[in-house]
Amino acid sequence: MPDRLQTSPLIRAKNLSVNRGGQPVVDKVNLVVRPGEIVTIVGPNGAGKSTLIRALLRLVEFEDGLVEREPGVVIGYVPQKLEIDLTLPIDVQRFLRLGAQSSESDMRLALEEVGVASTVKTPMQGLSGGEMRRVLLARALLRDPDLLVLDEPTAGVDFVGQAELYDLIRSIRDRRGCGVLLVSHNLHLVMAATDRVLCLNHHVCCEGKPDAVSRNPAYLELFGSEAVASAMAVYTHQHDHEHDLTGATVEHLHKNQSGHGHG
Amino acid sequence: MGDISLLGGITLDGFLVMAFAAGLGVSLVAGPLGCFVVWRRMSYFGATLSHSGLLGVAIGLIFGISPLIGVVAICIAIAACLFVMERDPRFSADTILGILAHGILAVGLVVIAFMDNVRVDLMGYLFGDILAVSTNDLIWIFGGGASCLLLLALIWRGLLSMSVHEELARVEGVPVGAMRLIFMLMIAFVIAITMKIVGIMLIVSMLIIPPATARRFAHTPEQMAFYAVLVGFLSVGGGLTISSTLDTPAGPSIVVVSMILFFATAMPGVAQRQS
Repeated sequence: MPDRLQTSPLIRAKNLSVNRGGQPVVDKVNLVVRPGEIVTIVGPNGAGKSTLIRALLRLVEFEDGLVEREPGVVIGYVPQKLEIDLTLPIDVQRFLRLGAQSSESDMRLALEEVGVASTVKTPMQGLSGGEMRRVLLARALLRDPDLLVLDEPTAGVDFVGQAELYDLIRSIRDRRGCGVLLVSHNLHLVMAATDRVLCLNHHVCCEGKPDAVSRNPAYLELFGSEAVASAMAVYTHQHDHEHDLTGATVEHLHKNQSGHGHG
Repeated sequence: MGDISLLGGITLDGFLVMAFAAGLGVSLVAGPLGCFVVWRRMSYFGATLSHSGLLGVAIGLIFGISPLIGVVAICIAIAACLFVMERDPRFSADTILGILAHGILAVGLVVIAFMDNVRVDLMGYLFGDILAVSTNDLIWIFGGGASCLLLLALIWRGLLSMSVHEELARVEGVPVGAMRLIFMLMIAFVIAITMKIVGIMLIVSMLIIPPATARRFAHTPEQMAFYAVLVGFLSVGGGLTISSTLDTPAGPSIVVVSMILFFATAMPGVAQRQS
């Protein structure tokens, strides 16, 4: 979508710096997300990925730089963790209504869109990790967002489930044309589902198209052998079947036989 | 006020009717508000505020204003202190609450000991004196309580949303700071009106136990708030009945009944529907 890349940004960070205990956690970061674009922030643990996102959402104070949002932009946020106290009786339906006043049919559609239509009346505390991510995504979608911000959308999800979630995020972007900003610890898993990658280790080490970043010396140095290992893991993982939500195996005819186009 | 005959010839004195009214009025507010205290895991916060109530009483007496206003003022001051100190990375919130809860209670006791010109019914403030409820108290309980409930209804969705996930609520446009302030003010008010019923040491039980009991039967947050009010009514009714027949202290009796209800419903097989 090259034409979309020319449109005005939904959100833009200029020279954004966040300090904690005198140390810069986020160091002079520039970042832009445009409509219809998926931007992924990758980086090792403690690289300041979540802090950067939280600064963009104005959830943490930042020392320097600025964050500009397009006026009236609606943001759908999927946080990394959601722990609801067991003493709070709340099912999925009620949870979705907290984000936006939606009709029953809107909620059903949103849950169908993310593939967990059967959980409408499930207590929130009874959801699996994967279901929880999808319900959170549904809550964000019900706000009809211009920009989706996802912090580690695959935390607590198994490997196959992670790939499925990234597929889902991409299809949501394709359908809705919203911008997506996501944080991931695994570049190779999000490769196919991202337009631009920002490799972060407090400062931006390198950025660009995913395959270019994966060959960039700065990226390889940052991730070292881990990068190679995870690339191999994805490469050797033959996707010849999927699991539906009941866990049953769904065969499909070597759709992914071509594998991934690593350089 | 004349005597009212009730169930099997037990005679209720006027002051007992006032006590019932006060207890029911407090339950009406404490139930829904207490749900949020439970959901937000703020019982220690509530205890800290209520323990500081004694200092509020002392200040009210010193300046010749209503103890109720003194209590609300002190609760707000303590809440503000907590808000600031929580940001200090050197101490955990738990430690700060522990220090303030008992420190301020001690300050209250010391200040009251200095006031030899005023006779203070210390036991009454610590453990409640529901049988001394005045008409003025009832006006406060029902007038203030109604305003409190109305306010809570208005901010219900936002407060619930931030109790589920504060940052998500913030991104979605809930004015989290204002909500927290309003919530704290309401807690301070409930503490002030509950003090008379069960006393400073036992206030938190009125906020925590009925919602905890209600949880087993509720499937939505609103149901839980409603059931918490009913459980509160039962506790007050049962506690005052025991108190008047067995001549036990009223406040602690209410809390004992409340606790018995909690454990009775926690027995296996009582609430099968729990999800």
